[in-house]
Amino acid sequence: MNERENVIVSARGLRKEYGSGESLVRAVDEVELEVGRGETLAVMGPSGCGKSTLLHLLGGLDRPTAGELWLNGRRIDGLSERELAQLRRHEVGFVFQAYHLMDELTARENVELPALLAGRTPRGSRRRAEELLEQVGLADRAEHLPSGLSGGQRQRVAIARALANEPQLVLADEPTGNLDSAATLEVLRLFETLHATGLTLLVVTHDERIAATADRLISMRDGAFVDETRLTGGTIGTLADLAGLGS
Amino acid sequence: MGRLLLIARLAVKDVIRNPAEAVMLLVAIVAATTTLTVALALRGVTSAPYAATRAATAGPDVVAAVQQGRRLPAELTALEHAPGVVDSSGPYLMATPNLVVDGHSDPVIAEGRDPSDAAIDQPKLTAGHWVSNGGVVIERSLADLLNLKVGDRVGLDALVGGGNGPGGGPVPGARGGPGPGGGPLRAVGPSFRVVGIAVTAALLPPPLSEDAHPSGFPEAGLVWVTRSAASQLAASTGGGFGYTLNLKLADPSDAPAFATRHQHGGLFLISWQAIAAKDGLIVSIERAILLTGSTLLGLLALASVALLVGGRMEQQTRRVGLLKAVGATPALVTGVLLAEQLVLALVAAAAGLIIGWLAAPLLTNPGASLVGAPGAPTLDLSTIGIVIGVAAAVAVLATIVPAVRASRTSTVSALADAARPPRRARWTIALSARLPVPILIGMRLAGRRRRRAVLSAASVAITVGSLVALVMFREHANSLDTSGGLGRLYRFSGPGDPLWERGMDVMLVFTIALVLLALVNAVLVTWATVQDARHASAIERALGASPEQVGWALVVAQLLPALPGAILGVPVGVGLYDLVGRHSSTLPSAPALLGVLVVTLLVVAVLTSVPARIGARTSVAEILQSELA
Repeated sequence: MNERENVIVSARGLRKEYGSGESLVRAVDEVELEVGRGETLAVMGPSGCGKSTLLHLLGGLDRPTAGELWLNGRRIDGLSERELAQLRRHEVGFVFQAYHLMDELTARENVELPALLAGRTPRGSRRRAEELLEQVGLADRAEHLPSGLSGGQRQRVAIARALANEPQLVLADEPTGNLDSAATLEVLRLFETLHATGLTLLVVTHDERIAATADRLISMRDGAFVDETRLTGGTIGTLADLAGLGS
Repeated sequence: MGRLLLIARLAVKDVIRNPAEAVMLLVAIVAATTTLTVALALRGVTSAPYAATRAATAGPDVVAAVQQGRRLPAELTALEHAPGVVDSSGPYLMATPNLVVDGHSDPVIAEGRDPSDAAIDQPKLTAGHWVSNGGVVIERSLADLLNLKVGDRVGLDALVGGGNGPGGGPVPGARGGPGPGGGPLRAVGPSFRVVGIAVTAALLPPPLSEDAHPSGFPEAGLVWVTRSAASQLAASTGGGFGYTLNLKLADPSDAPAFATRHQHGGLFLISWQAIAAKDGLIVSIERAILLTGSTLLGLLALASVALLVGGRMEQQTRRVGLLKAVGATPALVTGVLLAEQLVLALVAAAAGLIIGWLAAPLLTNPGASLVGAPGAPTLDLSTIGIVIGVAAAVAVLATIVPAVRASRTSTVSALADAARPPRRARWTIALSARLPVPILIGMRLAGRRRRRAVLSAASVAITVGSLVALVMFREHANSLDTSGGLGRLYRFSGPGDPLWERGMDVMLVFTIALVLLALVNAVLVTWATVQDARHASAIERALGASPEQVGWALVVAQLLPALPGAILGVPVGVGLYDLVGRHSSTLPSAPALLGVLVVTLLVVAVLTSVPARIGARTSVAEILQSELA
């Protein structure tokens, strides 16, 4: 695999602007980025610095104002809404701070939803959901509604859902923002497992302890990258201990 | 006072903040209150014109008639001395010529009268003067229909053949063409000058009023000529049609019993009460249509208001939280939310009263056959009270549940703008997993809000019901038209039956109002669903559903309740037709029914696709981010 093939996400001069004239806001400002396959990347910065916007651009939830964006060797900044939907369906998984689970669906039904949307059979979708819930340690909560789950359990359901269609890239937006320390650790351990399977993980966070668990850390301010650090801290478990998250 | 002022200010501010919703709410309630106003205004119209005409013409308590040749039967004249009779006029000979105007002939009954006024049933002249030699007085509805004025010349001709007429002179423009019910004119008949136009409160008793005219036309018009002219017309048409006698009783309330007592053989009688009922029939049918229509419109308005208020409450969660956070009590919050809808309802009621008052004369014209200028019916206090009460009730009923629920919401969760949790529809979720993506999402969306789905289905059922009733009315009318006209129902409709057409127009007008309101409802339901499904749709799109799939899902979510609603609308329409039309119902033709159902579903699909597409275009990132705000 050459160096180009090893890059899963690439951004050149990526820009996202809102408003116009004096009220123009540049949420993402000339970002240059390359994310390698299997890499865990953390993006840090204060609230409103553009981290979430960047993540939405990378996942095809939003379109850039300018710049080039490549995913799996395909340029995606000019794709139609339908093509972006296909991309989100098969190549990207999302994990949100607010979980964004469907309140009226059980944990299993939430997890099987992306597979159903992708056209899998009901039986295949169900089997895949059960496997993933087993993987995140929630097999016994499969028939619970989100309202009957703790914050950590909800986020694990959301992670399982993000993996339903076996994406190569998982984008997590403040995945532990609503969680206590124990639940945060559960999620980080799960990420570690995913990392070990070769999944590419891009985590947006403002929590230094979470960022410390990544392979690489990028700091953002006012829409632009201001710092980049390659971390060699090892496994999430070790870093979790270092960060004071260990039990 | 301070609290009331605060409630009023908060309510007005919110109305100004959401003008589009306020306008839709106004439209919904105005439609209902206008129809209700017109329907209520018709209450007095049913009896007043006949009473006025009866008073102005010294109307008889009983009309007796025989259908014979030129010989006056003794049993008719004997009635003049029957117990209870205090006065009489007649007997008058009736001939059955055709009235020829501009080459067209219409069968009429020509009644022979004295030039002097009769004590009983002296037709009230609305123009010109009473009968004289060579002159004819035309009953007003007939004159209106044929556009006849005093001074015009007309022909009174035998149905078969012409002859030397009593009036002398040729008929102007008579070409011998076939009339609407009569046979061809073979010769130019006698000419008369229209000397007067008049109305009467008398009516020939059935069956003479219906099918005795030799033309076979069931409802001939009425004209008055001199006795000698009638006699000559009877001679030229091969014999008189019969005689009529007007009676005044000592006790007018005894008229129905008197008529029944003396009716035998070839002697027919009709009481003034029966005549009044016949005269009022058309107006009472209009009233039945309008009252039923206004009830249906009221129900649709209730659905509209419920949908609007429901949607508004969803958007006002945060405002409720803010109000409570700054110290508003649940009662105050309920008061503010109720006041908003009440203010709009009262404005709409006022508008409905004014529009209804202005529109009523168009529908309540008693017809040219009766005395009384067709002016605006007066709005009495009870009508105003009922209309305002109904509008307020609609607003309160639709608002009270969501308002109380909103006021009881915890302040913290209201401030967080937490959406009302959707209902879990277990079987829908399980079943939909096997279906294509748009149906999967659509079924789940419909299952989330059952109350809204029921409102939507009810709205469609009412609309389809009205359309089915209209189709049945139209099919029934057509069938009667082909068999000789609808005139047999209405003494004063005259040839061509314009009053029935007016009834159809009323039905059409309120159906259009219903359809418009139903369209507003369809858009409201979709928009409420779009708003409610914003979060769920954004998640589904984040998980890979395309905007088209989400858009189609919203259409499916509207069609699912619309389909059973449309099917339910068929029996609703049949019931409505039975209620209003008072006819034994036969189902409309299958193509007509299918057409109504298909068109309804298509309209729902098209209407909902617009807000659905707008909703599906909203940025996913924006929606998901706003959930965190």
